[in-house]
Amino acid sequence: MSQPTIRVLIAKPGLDGHDRGAKVIARALRDAGMEVIYTGLRQTPEMIAEAALQEDVHVVGLSILSGAHMTLVPRLVELLRAQGQGQVHLFVGGIIPDEDLPKLKALGVEDVFGPGASTQTIAARVRQAVEGRAQSSAP
Amino acid sequence: MSDHAVLAQAVREGQRLALARLLSLIENEQPQGEAALAELYPLTGRAYIVGVTGAPGTGKSSLVNELAKTLRAKIYPGLHGSRPPAVAIVAVDPTSPFSGGAILGDRIRMRDLAGDTGVFVRSMASRGSLGGLAHTTSSVADALDAAGFEVILIETVGAGQAEVDIAHHAHTTLVIESPGMGDDIQAIKAGILEIADLLVVNKADLPGAENAVRVLRAALDLGGNAGGPAASGGTEARWQVPILQTVATTGQGVEPLVEAVLHHRDYLQASGQWRERGQQRVAAALDARLRDRLAQRWHAAQPDGRYPEMVARVVRRELSPAAAVQEMLGDEPAPDSAASHQAARAGVRR
Repeated sequence: MSQPTIRVLIAKPGLDGHDRGAKVIARALRDAGMEVIYTGLRQTPEMIAEAALQEDVHVVGLSILSGAHMTLVPRLVELLRAQGQGQVHLFVGGIIPDEDLPKLKALGVEDVFGPGASTQTIAARVRQAVEGRAQSSAP
Repeated sequence: MSDHAVLAQAVREGQRLALARLLSLIENEQPQGEAALAELYPLTGRAYIVGVTGAPGTGKSSLVNELAKTLRAKIYPGLHGSRPPAVAIVAVDPTSPFSGGAILGDRIRMRDLAGDTGVFVRSMASRGSLGGLAHTTSSVADALDAAGFEVILIETVGAGQAEVDIAHHAHTTLVIESPGMGDDIQAIKAGILEIADLLVVNKADLPGAENAVRVLRAALDLGGNAGGPAASGGTEARWQVPILQTVATTGQGVEPLVEAVLHHRDYLQASGQWRERGQQRVAAALDARLRDRLAQRWHAAQPDGRYPEMVARVVRRELSPAAAVQEMLGDEPAPDSAASHQAARAGVRR
């Protein structure tokens, strides 16, 4: 019982209906020994924040393909902070233009994974973030 | 005030984040969680605990969603009474025996409940437990009970035939079937049907629903419809296990189901079984905890390597499991058991 099991919420906000990527990530994190709560398609930031609270997750991973990330992410960050969960690690995956990356990082997003990111890298980054290891100590 | 007292107080005041944290501490078996729960324990014993079990894919999550929605839509005498009851859901999904990870997907079917502060949904991984629940599920239910939820719906892992733990932890157990799930011999095997206080044929709009109901009815009639494990007390008015049909995706049949569930609650209270089942529940939880704790304490007291060594000896067939346990606990061996075991092995070799 040294390290509690990492709990991750994988959420699919917005209106696009493609959740294959989200499911692949959920499966990969499961295989990395994490407990992954998957909430299905078309979640509002409010629904995601509520699920993050009830499930007391360490990590929220958002899969966004619709281009609405600059609306959805700030709203979710605001809701998480308001409910006392500012410490939750936030990751974004999907189609994100390069010029938005600094803006997302400034909002507190730990990392953004585009198409082609390996599931091992993603699982390792999630674990590092939760276990508080510096990014540079990665093998 | 110590940390756990602050946490217990926050849970008592209805702070949802504090409750969520407490549930994590309990799930991870952290001392702080156990201490907070100890403070809250006098507040438990008030909630009505309903178990929902059945094979994977029968629609348990969708039905739990509909049950919660229906409970939240009305005032029920006996469940708070002046407002709709607060409903907590504990949904258990299996942990992978290989990676230790889990996908907890029951919330997908519960999106209708988002935004209702009278509902709290918590997903749990089974974490190696085999009876359809996690071994901390009962403590998680206690915490939700103390936090003031009047109804707690516990959805088990998709259960086959022997995952019957839920019956020890719930006042009322619903077993969910769907059309085409097996023939009449399946229905009279021991196990999951025996624990049903109510049987539900979900997906009743599919072909074969009537047949499923007929098979279940016949199975119940063979058993005289004795009604659950605790019905053996010989009370004159025995519970007749009803068979209900629902379509969880449309909500069809859910109101009658809620009425039947509450009818069972009334029956439990009138017959004295409410108290009896409450006692069973506490006894089962205490027993499980004692067993865990004794095993932990014993393991902690062993010199390094002794336990693996004993396992290896059993694997090499030098000792039977029973003899190994006797030796490890320092019990007197049963007369001649070691000698006869040696003799038996020698006999095999010859």
